[in-house]
Amino acid sequence: MVENVKDLLKLHEGITQEVYLDNENSSFVPQEIVDAMLPYYNKKAYGNPTLTHKPGWEAFETIMGCFQKISRHIGAKNLEEITFTPSETEANNLAIMASCFAQKEKGKKIIISEIEPINVLQVAEMMGKFGFSTTKIPVDNEGFINLEKLKEAIDNDTILVSISSVNNEVGTIQPIKEAVDIVKAKNLQTIFHTDASDAYGRIPFNAQDLKVDLATLSSFKIQGPRGIGAIYVREGISLERILEGQIGTQKLWPGVENTPLIVGFTKASELAFTNFDANTTKMRSLRDKLVDGIFAELTDLRFNGSRGVKRSPDNANISILRAEGEALTIELSLNGVYVSSGSACSRRLLQPSHVLIAIGRIFEEAHGSILMKVTRYHTEDDINYVLSVLPKAVNRIRGIVGSTGVH
Amino acid sequence: MSRIPLPYNPKVMDLFRNPKNLGKMEDATVVAIAGNPACGDMITFYLKISDEQVIEKAQFESYGCAANIATSSIVTEMIKGLTLEKAWNEITWKKVTEEIGGLPSVKFHCGVLAVGALKRAIRQYFTQKGMEFPSWLSKEHTFEEKQALEEEELAKTLSKRMKPEAEK
Repeated sequence: MVENVKDLLKLHEGITQEVYLDNENSSFVPQEIVDAMLPYYNKKAYGNPTLTHKPGWEAFETIMGCFQKISRHIGAKNLEEITFTPSETEANNLAIMASCFAQKEKGKKIIISEIEPINVLQVAEMMGKFGFSTTKIPVDNEGFINLEKLKEAIDNDTILVSISSVNNEVGTIQPIKEAVDIVKAKNLQTIFHTDASDAYGRIPFNAQDLKVDLATLSSFKIQGPRGIGAIYVREGISLERILEGQIGTQKLWPGVENTPLIVGFTKASELAFTNFDANTTKMRSLRDKLVDGIFAELTDLRFNGSRGVKRSPDNANISILRAEGEALTIELSLNGVYVSSGSACSRRLLQPSHVLIAIGRIFEEAHGSILMKVTRYHTEDDINYVLSVLPKAVNRIRGIVGSTGVH
Repeated sequence: MSRIPLPYNPKVMDLFRNPKNLGKMEDATVVAIAGNPACGDMITFYLKISDEQVIEKAQFESYGCAANIATSSIVTEMIKGLTLEKAWNEITWKKVTEEIGGLPSVKFHCGVLAVGALKRAIRQYFTQKGMEFPSWLSKEHTFEEKQALEEEELAKTLSKRMKPEAEK
């Protein structure tokens, strides 16, 4: 297996340019962020922040500064409202499990949208084992949640609502404030969680203004290091811990704080929020250039999601008919362009993207979809390169398809 | 979305990059299709078969992943020059997988579908000619043909739009 991968990598020798657009699934970490992290491995603050010695106190001081900064970026009232977790996956697990366990006497109903990421969807479904039930609210063809259906679904038994602020696959920006108002008007006790992993650093997001109770943040999605995320828990919301073995400074998550990763995440946040408008304008312009360029070169495409201002500035998701997505990701990779696909073949679940099916795409359209996310670090030249490679790749794959499967 | 770092071997990659016997054949004796785009997996085989029932030429087109493309291509290589009887009896999905140097286990069905399409083509030859099936050809569908049928049955459900079509 490893031998095969070595051979696969060898096939990439001679690539003249590389453009990484799979920022949905992992990200490169820019040097300025790595540089900010490095001293915390062996120069300073490498101690346990709960212990009584200099490296421990240094760590304590460092992570408190990070709590402060992240809480400011997300619009928290105080730093106590932030808990660092090993990633957004753990934050979403915590949000759902901890909310359910804390309120099991009040009710058993969880409400999510049908396009939640799998680290919300599968966790909510898993809670069925503990007697909770999950209701999924449909979305329209652009991925916007049906607020009427949400309103109908809220009842006295509803303990938790979880709706992402921005959908991770098609970039749809949900009307979170309206959703919160609807939920709270019908049941003030219901906890409102939003996975803000795809909102944080890309659209204005203020937890206090939105009146959400819980919000998940991700580091790698703003080009910080992997392995770190955070959850915002509004003051006054009581959750039940899901993991024990408490030896750190955080009430909701055990284990020793990973200071270098927390510093890297905080640095990435600072960089995203310094010149926020310029950063997001740049992303939007690169994304539009990418999408327009692809549509100018190829026919038989479907643009997935909303096209207007209600779309995250980094997200491009296009279904390419008569081209299977896994084959396309490999062909693009051999040319130095890295993307992901909603095709069943390229996903570990062996099912096409549930998000694309939920917005009304047929399976074939989902199999031929590619997801690309630009970052503030991409350049016009990067996009030009992608545009020089992608149509050729599509045409080669379509050439193999020939008259098979043509509709 | 999670991904598997599918460890395709060099032979699969070579056939994916430079597929052999690719393309439509205008003078094919039989054309057989298996699979469905809704399943992300579809193959067309074009076979030129002599009166002596020898496969003189085989070509393919495929909609699918790299493994689907590579297995279709290798089957066309393996059956060239074989009699229909030999092709029917000797080409199994296991042999195809072996010939291609192995496949990741989640891709075994690609080999099965390719052989299903081949068996369907051979069966079709006799039906088309109005000939009775020879004794070596089972009247019952083979495992590979059944798999293809199952996939196509599933596709009937999958290809329906769950919602009205979104704007382009």
